[in-house]
Amino acid sequence: MIRLMAILLTLVGAAAQGETLRLAATTSFNNSGLSDVLLPAIAQDLGLEVQLLVVGTGQAIRLGQAGDVDAILVHSKVAEEAFVAAGYGVHRREIMYNDFIIIGPSADPAGVASAQTAIDAFQRIAVDQSMFISRGDDSGTHKKELSLWTAAQQNLAKFTTWYKAVGAGMGASLNSASAMDGYIMADRASWLNFGNKGTLKLLFAGDPMLFNQYAYLPVSPDRHVHVNAEAAWALENWLVSPRAKQIINGYKIGGEALFVFNARP
Amino acid sequence: MSEIWAGIAEAFRLIWSLDEDLIDITIRSLKVSLTALFIACTLALPFGTWLAIRRFRYRRFAIAALNALMGLPPVVVGLIVYLLLSRSGPFGVMGLLFTPTAMIMAQVIIITPLIASITHQAMRELWSEYHDLLISFNTTKQQRISALIWDGRRTLMTAALAGFGRAIGEVGAIMIVGGNIDQVTRVLTTAIALETGKGDFALALGLGFILIALSLVVNLTIHTLSRTEREGRW
Amino acid sequence: MSVCLQDVVVERRGKTVLGPMTLELSDAGFTMVLGPNGAGKTTLLKVLHGVERVSSGSVSWSVPSQTAREGQAYVFQSPIMLRRSVRANLAYPLQLLGLDKADISERVTKWAARIGLSAALDFPAPRLSGGEQQKLALARALIRRPNTLFLDEPCANLDGRSVREIEEILREAVQAGTQIIMTTHDLGQARRLADRVIFVNKGQIEEQAPATAFFNAASSLGASAFLNGDIVE
Repeated sequence: MIRLMAILLTLVGAAAQGETLRLAATTSFNNSGLSDVLLPAIAQDLGLEVQLLVVGTGQAIRLGQAGDVDAILVHSKVAEEAFVAAGYGVHRREIMYNDFIIIGPSADPAGVASAQTAIDAFQRIAVDQSMFISRGDDSGTHKKELSLWTAAQQNLAKFTTWYKAVGAGMGASLNSASAMDGYIMADRASWLNFGNKGTLKLLFAGDPMLFNQYAYLPVSPDRHVHVNAEAAWALENWLVSPRAKQIINGYKIGGEALFVFNARP
Repeated sequence: MSEIWAGIAEAFRLIWSLDEDLIDITIRSLKVSLTALFIACTLALPFGTWLAIRRFRYRRFAIAALNALMGLPPVVVGLIVYLLLSRSGPFGVMGLLFTPTAMIMAQVIIITPLIASITHQAMRELWSEYHDLLISFNTTKQQRISALIWDGRRTLMTAALAGFGRAIGEVGAIMIVGGNIDQVTRVLTTAIALETGKGDFALALGLGFILIALSLVVNLTIHTLSRTEREGRW
Repeated sequence: MSVCLQDVVVERRGKTVLGPMTLELSDAGFTMVLGPNGAGKTTLLKVLHGVERVSSGSVSWSVPSQTAREGQAYVFQSPIMLRRSVRANLAYPLQLLGLDKADISERVTKWAARIGLSAALDFPAPRLSGGEQQKLALARALIRRPNTLFLDEPCANLDGRSVREIEEILREAVQAGTQIIMTTHDLGQARRLADRVIFVNKGQIEEQAPATAFFNAASSLGASAFLNGDIVE
């Protein structure tokens, strides 16, 4: 009976067409708009339909661990290495990087715009106790932000109400920052593509500490026999190819390139 | 306020241009929610009616539980269904995760208690009216359920439409079990969530207005087909 | 078809509402159940019809129970209409019996005419007047050609004309062989229709007699007081 129901249910659902691959990628990757350019190129070159699940880094890794996706594309080196070490991922392959920037109200009460380094900027915000919005969702962006607070010798436990962890994706967090007129650290791509800037402005950027490395991790077929390992491998090769390099480096918003391709073949 | 006008303008633009993506997600929204509604009704209508006429020891508890289930947070339902359908879960082999089927399953779980509860309430009233008569006629349980469902069909239709409203507007659960994958599991509500997250409020609102309009159309169609107002003499 | 109550007791919320009672009803014609309010007349009727459970004792019919159930019909004091048309209400009991469409149609037409509602066959029954509803309920009961018909104060709240029409239909039914067991408050109606009377008071049968004997020379105190128009407590 259960079998019959399963068959009926699957018939009702959408039938897969051609080769498909499920890829979990972070919200910042999607919000940049790069995925809208890459996916059609992948379909054209490889005949591969990439089903993109846009989730936070934490959830992407969870999906990879469960074997619900065939590969993940995230930007949190520590979590990625743990993922591979635990045997969930085959390896990690660096693809590209973009940078994080610090955004805040145009009035800039903490004086972030005149900071010398990223650590300096964070310290100014902590001292001024100006409103700061944090992703708070265990994502790559969030982990980067936390590492910067640590580098600035700040103790999160001592932060009071000026520090707001919203527990949401990049776009939603930017919305909150816009609504509350607060500081926020975001990836450049999401910021450029964001439609609700309000009175927020880009105040600080350029410090190498703010560089954000994206890596591709195919899910291990040893752990999960059913994953589409061949397609994952094909996609990986494509992502490190000159063709991908051309698309990624060429992707611009408002004349500005967002990502820098740095994969080694 | 200007955002709302922009939203209305965007809604018209999308409809007028017969935007492909819009048609895709609209049809999928209807498919998922109407299928879920159909399945939920086949479960909830007879169950709610049966519960109204059957006397058993834990009846009050069952009714309280049913009403409580109405308050199930949809996101929680989504999470549980995800864990069941995940490859690491008991039903992973069926490969249903991130398909419209998974979304239908989640929605069925969410709206069945709602429909059953309204059905139960309506049928209880009708049963107290018909009780003596149907017993005197020496009807079987099956005959009683049939008579109640038929004569109470207008209220049951309201119950069904309430369920539909809940389903078509649902976003949390189907986001988790569907994954909001473009061309595959993206529907109106998840698209709205996505565009809101991107800060594109105009588009999100536009989709929202289309969703409302869609719901209106469905409701009007069903009311017209069943000629509710004309035969409102009952 | 006869029915027999043996040491029947009906208790509600710890109080004895009816009994202990032993009774046999087998005669054709009109059996009137009379008595003051709260005497237990309705309870007695419901026990006989099998829709009220007895706390002790037994109710038995002279025929197998399935035949007994199909051979009975009941008209309530307040008519219960199905939320359907007049036609659908009349047809319902016949559909339950599984009769074929032509047979049903024929009987429905005949009875609608008999109660004067031929023009209203497609009218929603709940919107009929009180008298019309009760006539419809009666027709719906008799359409199955029951052996025994129970009526619980069917003419309470009805105007004189409806009462006359209903009594006429009842007389016809009795002539066709139906056994009628009926409660009423209307002494005039009791005198008009009864072949025999059962007088119930405080859950017990105080007197049981042929109609003429009862009305001319009631023997029990309660019955005499009742017939006199006094309040019976």
